[in-house]
Amino acid sequence: MLYREAGQFKSSYAEDGRIFPIRQDRVGFTLLMLVFGVAVPLLANEYWLKAILTPVLIFSLAAIGLNILTGYAGQLSLGSAAFMAVGAFAAYNFILRVDGMPFLLALALAGLAAALVGVLFGLPSLRIKGFYLAVATLAAQFFIVWVLVKFPWFSNHSSSGVVTAQEVSILGYAFVSPEAKYVLTFLVVAVLALAAKNLVRSATGRAWMAVRDMDVAAQVIGFRLMRTKLLAFAVSSFYCGVAGALYAYTYIGTVEPEGFNLDLSFKILFMIIIGGVGSILGAFLGAAFIVLLPILLDNLVPALFGDALGAGFASNLQLIIFGGLIIFFLIVEPHGLARLWQIAKEKLRLWPFPH
Amino acid sequence: MQFFIEVLIGGLLSGVMYALVALGFVLIYKASGVFNFAQGAMVFFAALSFVGFQEVLPARFGMEAGSAAVFWLSFLLAFATMVVLGIATERIVLRPLVNQPPITLFMATIGLTYVVEGLAQMTWGANVRGLELGIMDEPIGWLMDDYGIGVSKFDLFAAGVAASLVALLAALFQYTKVGRALRAVADDHQAALSIGIPLQTIWRVVWAVAGFVALVAGMIWGARNGVQFALTFTALKALPVLILGGFTSVPGAIVGGLIIGASEKLAEVYVGPLVGGGIEGWFPYMLALAFLLVRPEGLFGERHIDRV
Amino acid sequence: MARQSGDVIVDLRNISLRFGGVKALTDISFDVREHEIRSIIGPNGAGKSSMLNVINGVYHPQEGQIHFRGQLRRRMEPHHAAEQGIARTFQNIALFRGMTVLDNIMTGRALKMRCNFLQHALYWGAAQREEVAHRLKVEEIIEFLEIQSIRKTPVGRLPYGLQKRVELARALAAEPHILLLDEPMAGMNVEEKQDMCRFILDVNDHYGTTIVLIEHDMGVVMDISDRVVVLDYGRKIGDGLPDEVKNDPDVIRAYLGGAH
Repeated sequence: MLYREAGQFKSSYAEDGRIFPIRQDRVGFTLLMLVFGVAVPLLANEYWLKAILTPVLIFSLAAIGLNILTGYAGQLSLGSAAFMAVGAFAAYNFILRVDGMPFLLALALAGLAAALVGVLFGLPSLRIKGFYLAVATLAAQFFIVWVLVKFPWFSNHSSSGVVTAQEVSILGYAFVSPEAKYVLTFLVVAVLALAAKNLVRSATGRAWMAVRDMDVAAQVIGFRLMRTKLLAFAVSSFYCGVAGALYAYTYIGTVEPEGFNLDLSFKILFMIIIGGVGSILGAFLGAAFIVLLPILLDNLVPALFGDALGAGFASNLQLIIFGGLIIFFLIVEPHGLARLWQIAKEKLRLWPFPH
Repeated sequence: MQFFIEVLIGGLLSGVMYALVALGFVLIYKASGVFNFAQGAMVFFAALSFVGFQEVLPARFGMEAGSAAVFWLSFLLAFATMVVLGIATERIVLRPLVNQPPITLFMATIGLTYVVEGLAQMTWGANVRGLELGIMDEPIGWLMDDYGIGVSKFDLFAAGVAASLVALLAALFQYTKVGRALRAVADDHQAALSIGIPLQTIWRVVWAVAGFVALVAGMIWGARNGVQFALTFTALKALPVLILGGFTSVPGAIVGGLIIGASEKLAEVYVGPLVGGGIEGWFPYMLALAFLLVRPEGLFGERHIDRV
Repeated sequence: MARQSGDVIVDLRNISLRFGGVKALTDISFDVREHEIRSIIGPNGAGKSSMLNVINGVYHPQEGQIHFRGQLRRRMEPHHAAEQGIARTFQNIALFRGMTVLDNIMTGRALKMRCNFLQHALYWGAAQREEVAHRLKVEEIIEFLEIQSIRKTPVGRLPYGLQKRVELARALAAEPHILLLDEPMAGMNVEEKQDMCRFILDVNDHYGTTIVLIEHDMGVVMDISDRVVVLDYGRKIGDGLPDEVKNDPDVIRAYLGGAH
């Protein structure tokens, strides 16, 4: 009953083009931002902030990046984690090697470095498509990690290849506590998510979707395939790069190149498939799902089956349940959580009079 | 020169092993358009089942350990396991996902990978096991003595097995009723359905055959490197072979495997030391990529014309 | 129906196109004049669609020359053609299926939009003003083609006839000088065909758009075309006014069968 748009007339095309054209959505979204931006850092305990909320936000950012490339521009990539690695190690080196490098600038430069590498590995997309391209992006995945391992300069000659992120400090304020790190992550992710939403609802997003849906027709309209695809690779890698830098600086603290492996790339791909391909909201939902599921299984499996089964059995059972749930989910809702949300909203608009 | 030839032959022979895994991919992709990432996990599961049965049969049923009977019975049981897995996959995973976009099916097979990996280790344990095929991994005597070229007997045997497997599959495709139906399905699902080819039966057959290929590949790889979790990574060895040879071409898988195997070993020996080694992880991908940039249709594919 | 036809704007000379060993077009020459409705007819597989694909740069002929407004274009890419003011619809609808009707039509404005992706990311000031300005133009076309009620519908859900109309809208959004229409009325019932005919004539009239049309319905072709070119097996077998073509013995033979 409360969720109605009756009486809300749009009197200009600018109003029609808003992200949330319905007033209730705007109110709800503002509340959501207040909850996650203000209430959560004040109230949530350290475990939730450190182990769940911060990584969910960071992975959401990476998932937005992949969603831009795969969901909007239609170029399947299996190398997202490698671009996160580029971002993480670029930020590390910028802060290490440039005196007085401001953190936010380092973050932006990390994104740009990843974007540059992304464009390079996006070049094959001009000639090959679909799964052939997906397999080709594995070249990026393996090559980038190999370079970071083989050339010790990147890890400042650390003997183990592991680097420890420097302390984050902006305008003299040190982001040390989990709350501070969370708020910083929240702000960066919020700004970039808004920018991503703006991109995909404007001419840039239409160009990407046109190329995704039918490239010949897109060319005939006047889109240049090369420019459009490479821009998608650049922007996508930028997002992954920033996510990688945040991963190192506000989440995990110490990183090594092998941490950004194929498994992580697959996880990010799962996030967008389960969250919803071609949806910014979906990136958040998918990231939350994929981060929470293993934690849930960690707690649930021993509780249900006891410790008697042994650690090996439990971890294999988790593997099976994780894989099984993903298959189950794909079968039940192949368009992802974002679609479920949309359907729920449409139902709510009519409730309690469904016809 | 002798060294070069030795490396080249070694590479070609290991390429045969890559081709063996790639073949499993090709079969499933051709028949159902599914990019089956779980092929590597299937190789692992098949090999693990084989050695598992080899242990269980003497221990539980008093059969003579190491006898031919145990070997072949284990082989049959492992094959049966793969057939059951294939049928279950078709029934539980693929049938409900029919008509979904290829990427969704691909993701489902990644989910399947986790399930199969978990299932395999849960059933048979996670220890590394040896697998004995009775062929020594030692150089062939006369080649070594007369020409100074070391070619492993085992590699040659593996190549022989792969060649016979390919011949067998080719015959299956070309001369049997199932094979003909399969080719029809590969060409056009809808058309095949409309003339009464039972799609689901064909898919089950294909998954069973892919399971068989996985078993053979798993036994050979397992005999070489031990039956362990690392067998799942054979999938990553097969992928560059696939983009080089094409997802739908059986000869492409073979020739692609040979090219990737040979150039990978040559690069490892001649280029590797210059850049600090460890290049086998990415070199095949870069090679396949470079090739595709020159010839996007792959080794045997036809140039695609966009009709609008 | 005496429309004013002007100068030659597309001049095709001795065009030959091969795919491997298959000859799609052999030594074809014809021209298109400003403001006219120029039809290409011929049996299935005659090379009509290939001809359009040559004009807007999707295919590159091995031999022959194409002049636009007197200028020779060598190896033209599709986006060059779009920049020259050539728009196009397709035989098998080529809409962007994942997008709404409105977004599909907005893509037609792409070449006229100036903001870059950084401005789009901000969606503030110039970018928003530009979006609204082009939306106004697009709404004009939506009104013209009478598809107001479906503007927010994903195109995949629309019936065939409406999809064809949306495709025309997308092409018109570019405000083209030349409009290439590949069987715009295929698979339509009589009423839908009448609507489409009216739209084509209106576009030609209102905006002075030159139209190159492929169509199988002879009634329609003879009715609305200024000049007709006839292809058969990739060769030109007739060219002229509708009445001339209709009575050409070669054309009759191609359509009714006979010795080739």
